[in-house]
Amino acid sequence: MPVRAAWHRPPSRWFDAGSRRRTDAVHRRVVAIPDSITCEARMNSLHNVFIRSLLFAAAALLLFCEAHAQPRALPLGVLRSGIEFAGADVRGMQADDLANPGFLWVERGEKLWREEASGASGKSCASCHGDATASMRGVAARYPAFDAGSGTVFDLEARINDCRVRRQKQEPLLRESDDLLGLTAYVALQSKGMSMAARIDGPAGAAFDRGRVLYGTRHGQMNISCAQCHEQNWGKRLYAETLSQGHGNAFPAYKLEWQTMGSLQRRIRACIFGVRAEMPAAGAQELTDLELYLAWRAQGLPVEAPGVRR
Amino acid sequence: MADSRINLAAATRQGEAIEVRISIRHAMETGYRTDDGGKPVARNVIRNFACRYNGVPVFAVRMSSGIAANPYLRFFVTARESGTLDFEWVDDAGARGMAQAAVKVV
Repeated sequence: MPVRAAWHRPPSRWFDAGSRRRTDAVHRRVVAIPDSITCEARMNSLHNVFIRSLLFAAAALLLFCEAHAQPRALPLGVLRSGIEFAGADVRGMQADDLANPGFLWVERGEKLWREEASGASGKSCASCHGDATASMRGVAARYPAFDAGSGTVFDLEARINDCRVRRQKQEPLLRESDDLLGLTAYVALQSKGMSMAARIDGPAGAAFDRGRVLYGTRHGQMNISCAQCHEQNWGKRLYAETLSQGHGNAFPAYKLEWQTMGSLQRRIRACIFGVRAEMPAAGAQELTDLELYLAWRAQGLPVEAPGVRR
Repeated sequence: MADSRINLAAATRQGEAIEVRISIRHAMETGYRTDDGGKPVARNVIRNFACRYNGVPVFAVRMSSGIAANPYLRFFVTARESGTLDFEWVDDAGARGMAQAAVKVV
């Protein structure tokens, strides 16, 4: 089995041409400043050396800022949660904790939180983390996050499984299993209403960059990118559906289409299926990279988990 | 999974309607689907659901394939005296579920 799924690879020459154009545009922008420095350097006076270093510092600052303040295709002011694209019935289901079937999973997660591990450790989640309403508050809002121990970015599901394996000495839970969805939903619920605030600086930066590239890359037989639907055409119709901005702030969510709870990875995989691209395995790095990019572009939207979606 | 979640008012005046809401965890397999191998998946839905108020049947539903997974029911029962509401359901596979809620009449 290949370690990295090839679903994001350029499927056509059309893509290659577009890609080159983009690269050229970026390249021109970046080299514009060093050109002016070269001109300055031709003038031969101490005064101009001073100006030159000033210009250089300004250019360096510009490049630095550009690298850290990531450009946003969707400015923070126009962000709209997926629930705003849903009908009144779905909105009503999400708003009512009893009508929202996601809370059946939350209750399962709450039970598991306190249940002692059957493995060697005999520890429950609560043995270390205590009351989840206090200890897990805000956690989901900043995931996916970099994990120093493994040197990779973890989504909430990976974090829970890592704890299970390393601390509780248990088998990891299967992705999309009711138990893992339950625990994730229970943990995510503790951040409900808080603003999405994933960090992309420092060691998470590489995953973020990969995620951003994936997001803007054309995939599959349909040869379209995530951005073409969710950034360039949100609000318009795709058959009977209104294209949302594609935010993940409600996940894990109860999808009426699935008749069950599902993770953000499952939702992303549904889009990958939709564009007829090669399917990455559950938990694949590409999916986590995309999750991190999604979390960043949804910055400031409230966590809605467990949400309800059509 | 949690089998069910129930919600009703903490206390109701005698003669008034109690709003009962219950959400039941069940896949409600329609019987119209096939598995990955193409074999039909047997129907398994909650066939009967009943609610008793201090032992007296007050509400019952017969469900079928048309009901979505994890059914959510909302109905009204007239408050007579304090006691319990007993819920019971059975699916096509014969699995039974039960739940109870306390009624307080003031």
